[in-house]
Amino acid sequence: MISRERKPGQFIILQLNSNFGERIPLTIADADPGEGSITLIFQTVGKTTHNLAAMRVGDSIQNLLGPLGTPTHIEKYGTVVCVGGGIGVAPMHPIAKGMKEAGNRVICIVGARNKSLVILEDLIRKIADEIIICTDDGSYGRKALVTEPLKEVCMRTPKPDLAVAIGPPIMMKFCAETTRPFQVRTMVSLNTIMIDGTGMCGGCRVTVGGETRFVCVDGPEFDGHKVDFDNMMKRLGAYKNDEKAAHDKCHLEMAVKEKSV
Amino acid sequence: MKSADQLADEASHLFKDLLPRKDALKPKDRSGIPAQEMRVQDPQVRRGNMNEVAIGYTEEQARVEAMRCLQCKNAPCVQGCPVRIRIPEFVKAMADGDYGRAISVIRENSLLPAVCGRVCPQEVQCQEPCTMGKILKNVDHAVSIGRLERFAADREREQAGKKAPAVKAATGKKVAVIGSGPASITAAADIRREGHAVTMYEAFHKPGGVLMYGIPEFRLPKKIVELEIDNLKAMGVEVITNFVVGRTRKLQDLLEKDGFDAVFVGTGAGLPKFMNVAGENLVGVFSANEFLTRSNLMRAFDRDHADTPIVRAKRVAVLGGGNVAMDSARTAVRLGADEVHLVYRRTEAEMPARVEEARNAKEEGVIFHMLENCKRIIGNDQGRVVGMECLRYELGAPDESGRRRPVEIKGSEFMMDVDAVIVAIGNESNPLIKKTTPAIQTNKYGNIIVDEATGRTSVDRVYAGGDIVLGAATVILAMGEGRRAAEAINKLLAQ
Repeated sequence: MISRERKPGQFIILQLNSNFGERIPLTIADADPGEGSITLIFQTVGKTTHNLAAMRVGDSIQNLLGPLGTPTHIEKYGTVVCVGGGIGVAPMHPIAKGMKEAGNRVICIVGARNKSLVILEDLIRKIADEIIICTDDGSYGRKALVTEPLKEVCMRTPKPDLAVAIGPPIMMKFCAETTRPFQVRTMVSLNTIMIDGTGMCGGCRVTVGGETRFVCVDGPEFDGHKVDFDNMMKRLGAYKNDEKAAHDKCHLEMAVKEKSV
Repeated sequence: MKSADQLADEASHLFKDLLPRKDALKPKDRSGIPAQEMRVQDPQVRRGNMNEVAIGYTEEQARVEAMRCLQCKNAPCVQGCPVRIRIPEFVKAMADGDYGRAISVIRENSLLPAVCGRVCPQEVQCQEPCTMGKILKNVDHAVSIGRLERFAADREREQAGKKAPAVKAATGKKVAVIGSGPASITAAADIRREGHAVTMYEAFHKPGGVLMYGIPEFRLPKKIVELEIDNLKAMGVEVITNFVVGRTRKLQDLLEKDGFDAVFVGTGAGLPKFMNVAGENLVGVFSANEFLTRSNLMRAFDRDHADTPIVRAKRVAVLGGGNVAMDSARTAVRLGADEVHLVYRRTEAEMPARVEEARNAKEEGVIFHMLENCKRIIGNDQGRVVGMECLRYELGAPDESGRRRPVEIKGSEFMMDVDAVIVAIGNESNPLIKKTTPAIQTNKYGNIIVDEATGRTSVDRVYAGGDIVLGAATVILAMGEGRRAAEAINKLLAQ
């Protein structure tokens, strides 16, 4: 059902255990309605993602809800520059693909910490009219942050008609700052702490243009030039200590499991 | 305050005295019987646990309380009940010790007696016009109809084991019920009883709606809600969780592609209101919905097991004066806050919370601040709440709700030292159905507009009821709405 209904930009919420598990939002990277499958790409950063990574073929996720969020508005803009940082390349891909199918010229900028963390390069190459890869350590592509090629693209004539930036909050913030002087409209996709994902709790709220908006129903995409990233990043850190404790405990448990095997 | 044992002992003696002459009691004798108090966990003890506060009547208490009923011919209590339970009949059966009959009388009109016996505001419904309360000039001394209802329902559950209501032969028609709160539970049962197939859709991973995520365990044990859902399943209702109609599937598709003959929308009032003051998005500010959902549904109170964390605040402010504000304040107490302050801009007399809940909160140490309100919330450089600037108010002329309007006192600003703020000033209708079903008509508050007699919406074969129609209201009203729409749907499908 989710694979049939989902559109680019939408996400799901999953929970590994009904009684005590946490609910985490993940963007849908791809879907195959024929097979009834969706593709999720995630990085192991805490307890739930580690446990998710430890699952094997045939295991099942207890709870999966979606597709959630307002789909990306896709139309023919002209030239669209899509920036994906790290794991953000996963949600960027369906949007870039949709933009291409709508007749846009698509420039993709893919950034990662190092070569081994560059993902989906083949798929992006298939759809992008131009691809720029950069790594923080220079192990692949240019040694640069994504903002550097983004600035160069903005300086071209004609400048791009739309930018899409998806990645860590700090990257999206600086992408928005990079495009602001060029007045290139910039869409960002936010991933905040959520519980229900249907607008019921307000835990995911962010300040956009001075107004409170819910990422789960009003988003996840917003005008990057209006998002209060500093407030959002502070809210994302609200449970840092609890998350770290759970993460550390999870690593201990994994280590014990490995030893006993 | 008398202890639970003391109350039980007293009732035991009274009962022995009353039993031989129970049918010969004159009204004067009945009004002389002391009103039976609810046995509750000691406040100091319950501050530290999530268990239900009210322990329930003993059997003797229940029968003594039932003997207080005057069996008024005009039964004003029935007029006060939103679903018109035949109260004198069930109370008489209680006095006679015939609990089976009592519960079957209740069940003629109410599907969720164990829930309603706990969370209905009886003091403004059935018990408000009770003659006994009038004679004793105190609504607190009316016959405790709610506690009797609860006793009958609990007894049925614990002893007899509830049998699923009979279901008529299959009609081949099918109905989708969206949401799984009280309105939807009632609608699902009533429609299923007529032999129609019913599929219930819930967005969360556990069904029950506000009964699961909103009302805390200490007021409504989740076991009771789970049993009600099990009962629906036993009747053959299919319950699908993790399914948000509008997103996972459009409402129109249910009718046009999936073969449903009718749809009931009971999606509730799940959109939290905020104050729109500065600092409201700081870390440590929560909607009551978020705070309660973390604790109830996600079980964050169980810090050793739950993966969902909840704030570890020392000084908590709760803004609001309704039952949800009380639930939030009392949950904060149980999560270990040193101080919990309830801030409300009118006085206790205007507070929409049940008197009993306000009393429970005070007994548990919640500090009430009346005629005060938050002006802005102050954060530190990490974006965390460190305080709240408040204003004092006084009561002015009555407003359109009939309550005296709170008027701010200029220059009365003062600081309150808090590290968490819970906003419990109400909820609006959940907008998802409206957003994804443009044809459905809503009013300016986002409530779905329905025909009053049938619950029919502007979309053919789609009915609605509960808080999505009423705005945030009560469990019993939602139930009544579910019942009304079910009746109309059954009529439609019989054609």
